[in-house]
This record gives sequence, structure tokens and C-alpha cells, in this order.
Amino acid sequence: MNHTARKKISNVVMFALTGICTLVTVGILFFILGYLVWNGARALSWSFFTQLPAPVGEVGGGMANAILGSAKVLLVATLIGVPIGFLGGVYLSEYGGVGFSFIVRYMTDLLNGVPSIVIGIVVYGFIVLRQHHFSTIAGGVALGIMMIPIAVRSTEEFLHAIPQSLREAGMALGAAKWQVVATIVVPAAIRGIMTGMLLDLARVAGETAPLLFTALNNQFWSPGWTHPTATLPVMIFAYAISPYEDWHRQAWAAGFVLLTLVLSVNLVARLVLAKSQPIHRG
Amino acid sequence: MNAADTPLLQSTPPQPCRIRTFVRSLRPADEAAYLITLTAAGSIFAITSLVLFELFANSSFSRHKFGWSFLFTQTWDPVAGQFGALPFIYGTVVTSVLALAIAVPMGIGAAIFLAELAPPRVSNALTFLIELLAAVPSVIYGLLGIFILVPILQNYVVPPLQSVLGFTPLFQGPFYGVSYLSAGVVLSVMIVPFIVSVSREILISVPKEQREASLALGATRWQTTWRVVMPYAHKGIYGSIFLALARALGETMAVTMVIGNTPQVKASLLQPGYTIAAVIANEFTEATGDLYLSALIELGLVLFAVTFILNGMARLLILTTSKYSVRS
Repeated sequence: MNHTARKKISNVVMFALTGICTLVTVGILFFILGYLVWNGARALSWSFFTQLPAPVGEVGGGMANAILGSAKVLLVATLIGVPIGFLGGVYLSEYGGVGFSFIVRYMTDLLNGVPSIVIGIVVYGFIVLRQHHFSTIAGGVALGIMMIPIAVRSTEEFLHAIPQSLREAGMALGAAKWQVVATIVVPAAIRGIMTGMLLDLARVAGETAPLLFTALNNQFWSPGWTHPTATLPVMIFAYAISPYEDWHRQAWAAGFVLLTLVLSVNLVARLVLAKSQPIHRG
Repeated sequence: MNAADTPLLQSTPPQPCRIRTFVRSLRPADEAAYLITLTAAGSIFAITSLVLFELFANSSFSRHKFGWSFLFTQTWDPVAGQFGALPFIYGTVVTSVLALAIAVPMGIGAAIFLAELAPPRVSNALTFLIELLAAVPSVIYGLLGIFILVPILQNYVVPPLQSVLGFTPLFQGPFYGVSYLSAGVVLSVMIVPFIVSVSREILISVPKEQREASLALGATRWQTTWRVVMPYAHKGIYGSIFLALARALGETMAVTMVIGNTPQVKASLLQPGYTIAAVIANEFTEATGDLYLSALIELGLVLFAVTFILNGMARLLILTTSKYSVRS
């Protein structure tokens, strides 16, 4: 009797503890969101989006250059990461043999595990040292390399989920392999692939470490593609560790903008993915 | 179009030729498609090799100068040209272990709740929210760390901690806010989502029969979870922990912002320290001289090697677990 009671009590207590763990974890998310909205929205003003950073000591200014800089860096990253990732994924899913595919998959995993700061070092050595200056291009290349592994993996997975019978039907009608891939398989999986790429982009949009010594930072507009540029994450970092009260306020505003962008992309993409899942399984 | 084509075709026997040109026009296209995708796949191979090569080649100066002692000496003096990585390796290990100490029980607890107790709809919704935590950029964790976590630790957590555990070497000395402890706590929040989502998947994949057999023998649900489901899933859960550890070791921004950036080896968790990723982030652009730069790149190589090994182990463990569950 006593034993049974103890069993029952420990059952309730332990599951209650696991419930608390869940609550705390989810609670942290809401705390982060709430705090950033509370602090960031208060600090946000129209000039944040339209003005250049104010010189030290002056109150006000904005981060217009960092917003444009982030967009430019992400554009370069997309131009590098998406084509290589997509075509690499198509190769692995549709064309790959056994030997080389294994190596490519292994290398993709390896690349995915490389800490982001290390990517920064490599791009610094490969591009910045050769060009002799920091640039938008270098930052974009660093983020683009970071995009590749996830882009490859999501493309490969969504293509794999397309039933073999669809490919066979195409072949039976006399279509060449490339036609089957380009007009049947890829269009069937395109929604999943696109959302995968979007999630990938959202992930690198918040990356700071690889930009520190590739795109560096800039208090002014960055003309063209070969000059150092400000980006939102690097600005948040620089402003947060600065000793100025007004810069802290701006850091909160920038954090709020960045988090809103990243999380809304995540929300939309995951909802689309959740909806499209049954189709792929069928 | 047709009008232009027909005169040409009329001069030769129409039927076989049209087929032959069709085939001929196809095969190069197919080969081209193959070559294009092969090039992309090959470039992935090339990029990863390049990453390895750059790290290896650019750190050679430092590797030859210091040899293995680089990893075990404490002095980090750019002016004198003395570089030892011990303070950074120590800081990286301490903060990561601390993060695991907080995140593992919490993450596994949440995973058990989500996999065993919560109804599927609730479980999916909560997991969705927890996975959003993983999407928050690390610089934002750093921001919250500086302005929220550090004051909270300073005012509410550390004074009672010190009055209870102050006699142990772990909690001695004055607390200025930035410390191993702050970095460990921030890291723990960052890695919890990985542990929860991977462990939950693993727990869900444990066959139902295992649970039913245990419940039929009169075990409570907790006993079933703890003595049947967890042992069954333990490899995959270790895998999720390794995965999280690899994340924690390579994490840069959030840690840089709260660890204090002081190259020293201190037993007390309340003291400021430094990590490998943080020192690279802070000193790389200011590194003057080839040896200094080379030493920082060697740190990057060390970081890469460690995360590579951990990721490999994690993958192996998760893979073997999911293989089991597929078979049974």
C-alpha cells in the first residue's frame, strides 16, 4: 500500500516537474518577445529607418545605412547560396551516384558544423586579404557559404519526398531526364524548397560573427559593393557594447526590427511547411 | 515558325530524321543538366576543402612556432609575441559545461512532457514555440544578456548563491556581472531548443509496445518513461546533447557580450573569462603581425576540429537510434 502510494506520488511529482521545464522554456520565449517589443517599440521612431547614425554625443539618428547594408549583403548571399544549394540538392536527389554523392553529403554536413566565426576567418583570408579591404561582397560570400548546407539539405529532402511513380510516368511519356526533373519533380516540390530557402535566409540574416571581419561596419552609406558596410546585427553588437545610453536605445530598436523580421519569416514559412507536408508524404 | 521549318524538312525523308534530331537535341541537354548540377555539387566539395585548407595553411606559422604547447600555455601576450590558448580553451569548456548543466535537465524534462504527457496538438504547438527560440539571432541573446540577465544575476541570484555556497571555490570573489556564469546561462537558453526538439523526436519514435508492456506490468507512467522509454532512447538523447554542445562551443556573439573578455584561468564562475570564439571576434581585425593572426587562425582550427568531432558523434548516435526504431 505504502509502496503504491509512493509510486503514485513520484509519478505526479516527476511529470509536474517536466511540465514546469516546458513552461519555463516556453516562458523564456515570451519573455524575450515581450521585453524586446516593450523596449524596442518604445525606442523605435521614423528616423530609425531614414537617417544615418548620429555622431557620438548627439542624440537621435537612425540605422538606414545598416538596413540597406543588410539587404545588400543578404542579396549577395542569396545569389551564392541558393543556386549552389539548389543545384547541389538536385544533383544529390536526381543524378547522384553512390560514391561522389556520399562525399558531397559528408562535406555538406561538415560545412554545416563549421562555427560561423570560422567562416568569417576563411572568407577574410580568401577575399578581404586579396582585395585589401572589407566589402559588402565579402560579407555576402560569408553568409552565402553559410546558406549552402541547409539549402542543399532541404532541396534534397523535398525532392526525395516526391513519389518515384511521378518520375516514371514522365519517363514513360518519352520525356528526357532533365525534362522530368525540370517540369515534373521540381515544380511538385517547389513550395517546400522555397520555404526551406526562406528559413535559411532568415537564419543567416541574424548572423553577426562572420560579418565582423568581412563586411566590417560603417557609420555612413556604403557605395557600390566593394566598400565596408554596416549591417543590422553588427550595429546591434557595436551599439550594445558601447557606453552611451542613446546607443543602447538604438540597439534595442534595431534588435526589435531584426527579431520581428526573422520571426515573422519563420512563422510564415513554418505554417506553409506544416500545410504542405501531407502532400509530400502522399 | 512552322512555315519556316517545313521547307527544310521537306528536302530530307521526314519521319526518321525528325526523331533523330529530337534525340540528338536531347542528349546534349541532358548531359548539360547533369554537368550543371555536378558543378554545383563539386563546388560544395571545393568550398569545404577550401575552408579546411585555409585554416590549416594560414595557421602554419603559429603551429610550427608553438607546437602542441600552444594548447597548454596560459600567456596571451601579443606585444611579446607569446600566444597560449589555455585561457580560451578553459573558458569555452567551462561555459559550455555550465550551459549543459542547466539546459540538459531542462530540455530533457520538457521533451519528456511533450512526448509522453501532452496531447499531440498541444505538444506540436509548444514545440513550434520552442523551436522559434532557436531562430532568435545570437546577437539578440547577447543584448538581452547584457541588459537583463546580468542585472538580474547581480541583484537577485548571486548574493544568495554566495551566502550559501560562497565557501566553495566555484563562487568566490567579487561579482561584476560579466562572468563565466552569465555566459553559461545565456548559452543554456540558446541550446535548450536543440535538446528539446531532437529528444522529443527520439522519444516519440520509441515503439508504443514498449510502453504498453511496462504499463501492463503495473508500472506507473513515470516508471515506464524513466525505466523503459528513456533507456530505449538514450543513444539519441546523448546525440541531441552532443549537438547542443557543438552549438555552444562555436557560439560567438552572445558569449562575447557577457563573458568579460579577460584572458585568465579562474576556478570561480563569478570571474570574467574568455572563449575561443570571443577572442577571434574581438581581436581578429586588430591583429597586427603574422604570428598574431596565425595564432588566432589556429584557435579557429581548434574550434573547428572540436565541433567536427562532436557533430560526427551526435550524428552517429542519432542515426543508430532511429535505425533501431525503424526495425522494431
